[in-house]
Amino acid sequence: MKPIYLDYAATTPTHPEVVKAMLPYFTEVFGNPSSIYSYGLEAKEALEQARAKVANLIGARDEEIVFTSGGTEADNSALKGVALANESKGNHIITSSIEHHAVSETCKFLEKRGFQVTYLPVDEYGLVNPEDVKKAITVKTILISIMYGNNEVGTIEPIAEIGQIAKEAKVYFHTDAVQTVGHIPIAVDELGVNLLSMSAHKLYGPKGVGALYVRKGTRLVPFLHGGDQEKKRRATTENVPGIVGFGAAAEMAQREMGQEAQRLTHLRDRLIKGILERIEDVRLNGHPKRRLPNNVNISFNFVEGESILLNLDLEGICVSTGSACTSASLEPSAVLLAMGLSHELAHGSLRMTLGKWTTEEEINQVLEVLPRVIAKLRAMSPLMKK
Amino acid sequence: MPENVRTLYSEKVMEHFRNPRNVGDMEKPDGIGHVGNPVCGDIMELYIKVKDNTIVDAKFKTFGCGAAIATSSMVTEMVKGKTIAEALEISNRAVAEALGGLPPIKMHCSVLAEEALKSAIDDYYAKRK
Repeated sequence: MKPIYLDYAATTPTHPEVVKAMLPYFTEVFGNPSSIYSYGLEAKEALEQARAKVANLIGARDEEIVFTSGGTEADNSALKGVALANESKGNHIITSSIEHHAVSETCKFLEKRGFQVTYLPVDEYGLVNPEDVKKAITVKTILISIMYGNNEVGTIEPIAEIGQIAKEAKVYFHTDAVQTVGHIPIAVDELGVNLLSMSAHKLYGPKGVGALYVRKGTRLVPFLHGGDQEKKRRATTENVPGIVGFGAAAEMAQREMGQEAQRLTHLRDRLIKGILERIEDVRLNGHPKRRLPNNVNISFNFVEGESILLNLDLEGICVSTGSACTSASLEPSAVLLAMGLSHELAHGSLRMTLGKWTTEEEINQVLEVLPRVIAKLRAMSPLMKK
Repeated sequence: MPENVRTLYSEKVMEHFRNPRNVGDMEKPDGIGHVGNPVCGDIMELYIKVKDNTIVDAKFKTFGCGAAIATSSMVTEMVKGKTIAEALEISNRAVAEALGGLPPIKMHCSVLAEEALKSAIDDYYAKRK
């Protein structure tokens, strides 16, 4: 039997329909989009069609989409690009304490280069308070970067409200929407963002391709210097098959998102409810309602996440944990700690993210196996009070 | 273990993780070792029973990752029947080797197992005084 995959937030399989769309661009239509003979022109056309599909998914104009190698590059380019292009205006950046490493590590790098970064706190649900953003803005603020949907706990941040504040203060606003794009409807104008990061492999597209939405007029330095590709914003020969795949995935998401989000929300809530009913001393992490349709994150008292993960793996269920026993620092998830969880509870967290191929039967299977696994581990835990 | 399942750990580690030996409380232990803390995510309690300077029984309780559970299980197996002096010579490397090796990032778990054992022996000596 194939293992049950519940880690769609880590990556999704590339949809067969997407693979099919990509294949001709490895072989038959292999041309360099910068070449002006037929092979090149055909590739260029495919590139621009894909751009339109991605733009359409977030309500942007085609020319506002810059393709990248993924979400991490989009985040890096947004932050470093704005910082370097606006140094004369100021050196202050506002972000949150629950960002993906692609944002938080870039902020730390910028701090070493003389930029000042404010890391806003979050409440117990992982929500940033827009008022805190407002208060943090100074004359030196050049960028606000707050993620849209959190990759670990699924909390959806008040992006439109923060966008309004950024607009009034005339400060650039970036959001990392890697977990959100293709899963819930997005309109960049309603959000008031200048920059928005996306990644194809989180919405059934291929790995190694993403995009940064750059609102017209936003000043930032090029991501890569060299040729004229991507309107001189990112040099290098375009990853045509990957971009075509991203376009196909975006089109599919647009078509299926509404129904799929509903289906996943139902399964998500069934899984959450089932766990809370069947197992004592557990805590739902993240917001109960303002949460990504596919995200379940739960802490189990008295047990450690990796040992839950391994036991589930042995039962054919693939999940992820916020216990970073494999990281050199041994520190658990910074997101969970920022939300006020104890180290013990952060180590005992499990993330299950659902997707296109998740079924009701799979959820039932998890609900049958999980209580047994937790009971087994608790029986050997010195933290479990007799 | 199901066939064709790849894991981070050796077969031996997974075997001890799946079926840990000597788990649980001990009635009137002669020594109790308590090491680790919730910050690093591993807590081990190790109990020993000593007769005529020989460890006749060992049990453990562990909060921690797969390697922490497997090393706890292995170290309790290794000490049984050993004299105190022999037990004190069990190094973290020996525990890791007995498990067919640990990923480098998990070697600290074997250190914890060695410390848990030493802490239990210290406790045994302290109680005897």
